[in-house]
Amino acid sequence: MLALDGFLDAHTAPQFEETIQSEISAGRRNLIIDCGKLTYISSAGLGVFMSFIEELREAGGDIKICSVAPKVLQVFEILGFQSLFDIVDTLPEAVAKFQEGGQKG
Amino acid sequence: MADYERRFLLHVPSSTENLALIRDFVGNIGRQAGMVETELSMLELAVDEACANVIEHAYGLDKTQEVIMRVTLDVDCLKIQVIDTGKGFDPAQIEQKDVKKLIAERRSGGLGLRMMKLVMDEVQYQMKPGERNELTMIKKLKK
Repeated sequence: MLALDGFLDAHTAPQFEETIQSEISAGRRNLIIDCGKLTYISSAGLGVFMSFIEELREAGGDIKICSVAPKVLQVFEILGFQSLFDIVDTLPEAVAKFQEGGQKG
Repeated sequence: MADYERRFLLHVPSSTENLALIRDFVGNIGRQAGMVETELSMLELAVDEACANVIEHAYGLDKTQEVIMRVTLDVDCLKIQVIDTGKGFDPAQIEQKDVKKLIAERRSGGLGLRMMKLVMDEVQYQMKPGERNELTMIKKLKK
């Protein structure tokens, strides 16, 4: 599980990208991104989710996104991310999604 | 809401670390214009996307250049101009791929211009590469 805190824009997205990359390199395929403390996201941040999801799904894993504040959620929704990613309200729901299995998109 | 035109000007070094400052600048003006929180977030997003594009693509992450933001607040609209002297591009050549396709190609970019168009009422470019590239975005204000 990775927890985002603060804002995710073109300045901070590379750090998020490196973190996900290191999780994947460590062999982890099921990632939960907790957005509870995320105050802002731009397309640079969304791009990080987009660039890894195929690789993880091909390896049998997935990214589940949880606890997204309404202000941030509207950015996900503008581009239709809710139909491509599992976005749930709470961390336990994200865990349960992995237990149910299945991938979106 | 005042019935006279108000102008704001911001010059910032072309570094992504200034995107937060740019968002605050525009957000504060949007607040003066009477926008509500959800509208302010979308306004800040559009401007962030515009400036991130300038910094990354027009200037190729060269931090020694300058991004200029000219904001005009009128009775019925908020006009934002983002000006750079970078290499520019032909907006007609920008392909708008859907997100599913970008994901399949493992692409992380290509969404900025679409975001701006979805969020703002008008988005226009005037390009003079290396001299002056100007992006104008307009948001109509609710009365």
